[in-house]
Amino acid sequence: MNMAENKKFKLTKKDRLKVFWRTQFLQASWNFERMQNVGWAYAMIPALKKLYTTKEDRAAALKRHLEFFNTHPYLASPVFGVTLTLEEQKAAGEDIDDAAIQGVKIGMMGPLAGVGDPIFWGTLRPILGAFAASLALSGSWLGPIIFFVAWNVIRMSFLWYSQELGYVQGGNITQNLAGGLMQKLTQGASVLGMFILGVLVPRWTNMNFPMVISRVDNAEGEMIDFAALSEAANEGVMSGDMLRNVVADIQAGMAIQPQEVTTMQHTLDQLLPGIAPLLLTLGCVWLLRRKVSPITIIFGLFVVGIIGYVLGIFG
Amino acid sequence: MNIITIVLVIFVAFLAGMEGILDQFQFHQPIVACTLIGLATGNPMDGLLLGGTLQLIALGWMNIGAAVAPDAALASIASAILVTYHGASVSEGIALAIPLAIAGQVLTIFVRTLTVGIAHAADAKAKEGSFRGVELYHIGALMIQGLRIAIPAAIILAVPVEVVTDALNAIPAWLTGGLAVAGGFIVAVGYAMVINMMATPKLWMFFALGFALSALGELNLIAMGIIGVVIALLYIQLSPEFNQGGGGGGSSSGGDPLDDILNDY
Repeated sequence: MNMAENKKFKLTKKDRLKVFWRTQFLQASWNFERMQNVGWAYAMIPALKKLYTTKEDRAAALKRHLEFFNTHPYLASPVFGVTLTLEEQKAAGEDIDDAAIQGVKIGMMGPLAGVGDPIFWGTLRPILGAFAASLALSGSWLGPIIFFVAWNVIRMSFLWYSQELGYVQGGNITQNLAGGLMQKLTQGASVLGMFILGVLVPRWTNMNFPMVISRVDNAEGEMIDFAALSEAANEGVMSGDMLRNVVADIQAGMAIQPQEVTTMQHTLDQLLPGIAPLLLTLGCVWLLRRKVSPITIIFGLFVVGIIGYVLGIFG
Repeated sequence: MNIITIVLVIFVAFLAGMEGILDQFQFHQPIVACTLIGLATGNPMDGLLLGGTLQLIALGWMNIGAAVAPDAALASIASAILVTYHGASVSEGIALAIPLAIAGQVLTIFVRTLTVGIAHAADAKAKEGSFRGVELYHIGALMIQGLRIAIPAAIILAVPVEVVTDALNAIPAWLTGGLAVAGGFIVAVGYAMVINMMATPKLWMFFALGFALSALGELNLIAMGIIGVVIALLYIQLSPEFNQGGGGGGSSSGGDPLDDILNDY
């Protein structure tokens, strides 16, 4: 490490900030052959430019950073941090070969992708998106604004601090991230995510079954006597007390309509509120686990919706 | 047709196309993209409502590893133009968004294949030690991803309003009614995709708890979020899988990996 004391081979905070900015473009040239490879090299360039000056060194550095790489785009940041440290040491003359650098990258990317997907795509974005959507659907501009600002503050802080963490910790970080801390974070995020999904499924899935199951005529005395009321009004003997009684009767649960109509929806709600969305969601999970593509399921549901609407099952 | 509208719409479409691959700033997410298109076309409220609805549907659309998800960028941008500029209804916009998401998925797979060539071109520049060359190819690929959405957006924008409204009016009522009904519950697929990714046998009980508590309308989402965080923290603290140290005296501060990292840091 002492060798790196030579200023020339030490990356400043400004250099690391440049790398941080560029890591946001990691996936720009994502390709099916080596995936994030060009993006990786692109983000490393500010550091490589500083560390290597001859054409041969630069060509070699670019070549070793154009190897295959793919992970969650945000969890690449700690790997960048570690690689920056390794490059500093290599430039200062330590014996670190290309295979070692590639080994660190490959070794870190797998476990980290497994952490990033459930945390960012599985929990944070759905929860933030669902919350913002609920605001938007009530006509509030805060929806998109909160989504955009909160997401980017969290994301950019994560990119910068995890890159710095990788830079300071060097190789030790793999153990720490893949070990206890990240596992806790992933589990915790998944618990939160599953809980919120449980809340959202019945709340924001609109399924209504207006099919009438039964019509029961309300007996006299179960229904407010509107006939008597209108008679009183026509004869001019309507009084405040009569109106007050009517309101009290309604509050006491007397019927307003002559018929008690029970729809399929009422019956389902009595059974368990939200049971239809729940069964639908579980059915979709079942289909997904049988490798049915989501788009197929969505089209299938459109067909079900149209047929159900025509038959009067849905409304 | 107002020139400023056209420029703004195409600019937003370009941003969404770039974000569709970068997945950083989230300009491609419906709630952002549809709202911005709505602002550009002077019909912000429709854009906002469409964005909110589509966001719920697209909840589970995520690129994991090398797998490519349905494309939120084209779905949001194109359907938002149809709704806020050509006057389609929000439920029509939602129904149209689904085939658009598949079209966008096909386009991005095409571009991701095309970029294999760019990676090889970058190799050649790397051999010369040319940083500039690698950078230009990388940014060039990003531009192609932007155009992937901007060009379809321009085409949809150019279609005369009468053609779109005639086409929409030709749709029979049973179809629009059915699509609107289906639009209410296809969000279940999005939920299912997220659940499918995260659910382990141990986690289903938290889903059940959320479902049961959901009936309490007084608890809004923020309250639910607080409950969820508390449960998650409790779970981490109490779960045996994180407490395998046995009775080894947890009093020493060295036992906590988080502490270690923060101290070193």
